[in-house]
Amino acid sequence: MATVSVTDISKTYPNGAQAVHPASFDIADGELIVLVGPSGCGKSTLLRMVAGLEDITTGDLHIGARLVNNLDPAERDIAMVFQNYALYPHMSVAKNMAYGLKNRGASKEQIVAKVDEAAEMLSLTALLDRRPSQLSGGQRQRVAMGRAIVRDPALFLFDEPLSNLDAKLRHQMRVEIRNLQRRLNVTAMYVTHDQVEAMTMADRIFVLNAGRIEQIGTPSEIYRKPASTFVASFMGAPPMNLLSAQSVGGQVQIGGVALGLSCADGDVTVGIRPEQVAVTQGGTIPFKLTLVEELGASRLLHGTVAGQDFVVNAPNDDAALADDLMLDFAPDALHLFDAQTGQRL
Amino acid sequence: MKRAAFSQPLMPVALLLPQLVIIAVFFYWPAWEAIYSSFFLQDPFGFGSNFVGANNYTRLATSSEYAKVAGFTVFFTVIVTVLSLGTALLLAVKADKVVRGAKTYRTLLMWVYAIAPPVAGFLGALLFDQNIGPITDLFAFFGYNLQIGLNYNDTAFAMIVVSVWKQIPVNFIFLLSGLQSIPVAVREAALIDNKSGTRRFWDITFPLLAPTAFFLLIINITYALFDTFGVIDIMVKGNPASNPITLVYKVYTDGFRGSDLGGSSAQSVVLMVLVLALTVMQFRMLERRIHYT
Repeated sequence: MATVSVTDISKTYPNGAQAVHPASFDIADGELIVLVGPSGCGKSTLLRMVAGLEDITTGDLHIGARLVNNLDPAERDIAMVFQNYALYPHMSVAKNMAYGLKNRGASKEQIVAKVDEAAEMLSLTALLDRRPSQLSGGQRQRVAMGRAIVRDPALFLFDEPLSNLDAKLRHQMRVEIRNLQRRLNVTAMYVTHDQVEAMTMADRIFVLNAGRIEQIGTPSEIYRKPASTFVASFMGAPPMNLLSAQSVGGQVQIGGVALGLSCADGDVTVGIRPEQVAVTQGGTIPFKLTLVEELGASRLLHGTVAGQDFVVNAPNDDAALADDLMLDFAPDALHLFDAQTGQRL
Repeated sequence: MKRAAFSQPLMPVALLLPQLVIIAVFFYWPAWEAIYSSFFLQDPFGFGSNFVGANNYTRLATSSEYAKVAGFTVFFTVIVTVLSLGTALLLAVKADKVVRGAKTYRTLLMWVYAIAPPVAGFLGALLFDQNIGPITDLFAFFGYNLQIGLNYNDTAFAMIVVSVWKQIPVNFIFLLSGLQSIPVAVREAALIDNKSGTRRFWDITFPLLAPTAFFLLIINITYALFDTFGVIDIMVKGNPASNPITLVYKVYTDGFRGSDLGGSSAQSVVLMVLVLALTVMQFRMLERRIHYT
């Protein structure tokens, strides 16, 4: 259990590629933060820098009160759960969990007690003598968790731990990991490319893009007030609709229809979440329907608004739909972004 | 599971035939001939043979010369295997850690492997040549007169060095690929679990390398026992009397030089049994401790 403090940390590879641009942030004790972003955005690199598996090019990394930049991974008091579990294939489950403790000079009794406790917590007791190859994906994931738990580390690091699991198991493990982290009250950094995982698990989400942190915020902040078009389109499924619009005479318009929003004249990008659009007779914005996706509880209406792709998440009332519909946007559900920089206005 | 079936009963036999013929001609037949003739005493000039029962074997068992050669063979095999595997492992572990210029470095280390074995043996022999050999010169510089083919210990030394040298690249390639097939994440997990690089090697890397190492152990023992024939032949310069030789070389000298076909056949049978026993033992003792992923 510890705080993490990161100051201007950056990573440049020898070939000049900058994987992580200087970033600073703090993580509170017991907080779970999720690093999320598309592949190659630097989220894993950042995590691996914290773990000590990648060198830190510039900046300071403190775990607790210690500056750990130049410490070996084994000395940083961290535990890491890898995407493909990274269990030692030649060791039993018990030995896998005990290995880190053994090397830290724990006594035999301590090790047995710790391993038993963790196995109990993760319902692995019956599997302690098995080899990793004899376990299912979910069980292996649990062993990887157990290996992290037994050490009581200051910081948990998760590198896409659920990516190799099927959807059902992933959901179950997501809840389990979150529960465990709360119960142990341990600080954690969690990397994923899955925005649902990020939304459901995080105390705070860090959205990364091209080596930079685009936004840091609670899941609800990220969802309600995305800092840029990138965050707006990355978080949320289906993603936020982004429309090119113009502001004329201080009024934002799309295809000549004023939206009831004002800003300085010029090009802007208007964002609206598919679930915050109403299909109604009295709407002011014409929508051309091209495709309907049934989701059960709701349905996704794909089409165009003013010639631009647009998706509406409408309640599934089984009503037949005409090809031309009218939409209504509530002004307070709209987001305005700079058309050039993509930054929130 | 669906079983494949042939409509023609002779078809599978026909398909297997080439393989069976090769095994029969090149293994079973000579093996049978060796076993058969090991019970006879042949006339050196080919005028028939007499059945002598186990005489050839009892002669071997009581021969002090045979015991000496067998002793040297064991020593030679153990030392060649240990040195070539050990050196190759060291080189592979180091090569695996090289980041810059890794490809060039690895290619250089594998180069010897690309040289045909007899040429490599000849090159090795040249290094120890009495007149122009740089290694002989080096020893002379330190005041030691290295006499290959004359001094028993010197010849043994040169045989071991050349045999080890020739085998290192083979072992190196296998061990390096074995090391590189260990998942990166497993090594990283070990990095977090254990601070000591040496402990990590013995706890994690080596056990995961064990299948490769076990395979190489068998290959190397076989190599030292049999495939070093060429090296020995060049080193002893056709004068095996006062020089160290291995059992295989003795089979050759007794059979083809000494024209004692029966005795030499008995020796081959002993070798055959030895290799069989060795392989079975290795699998029994070692394989159960090895984890194949």
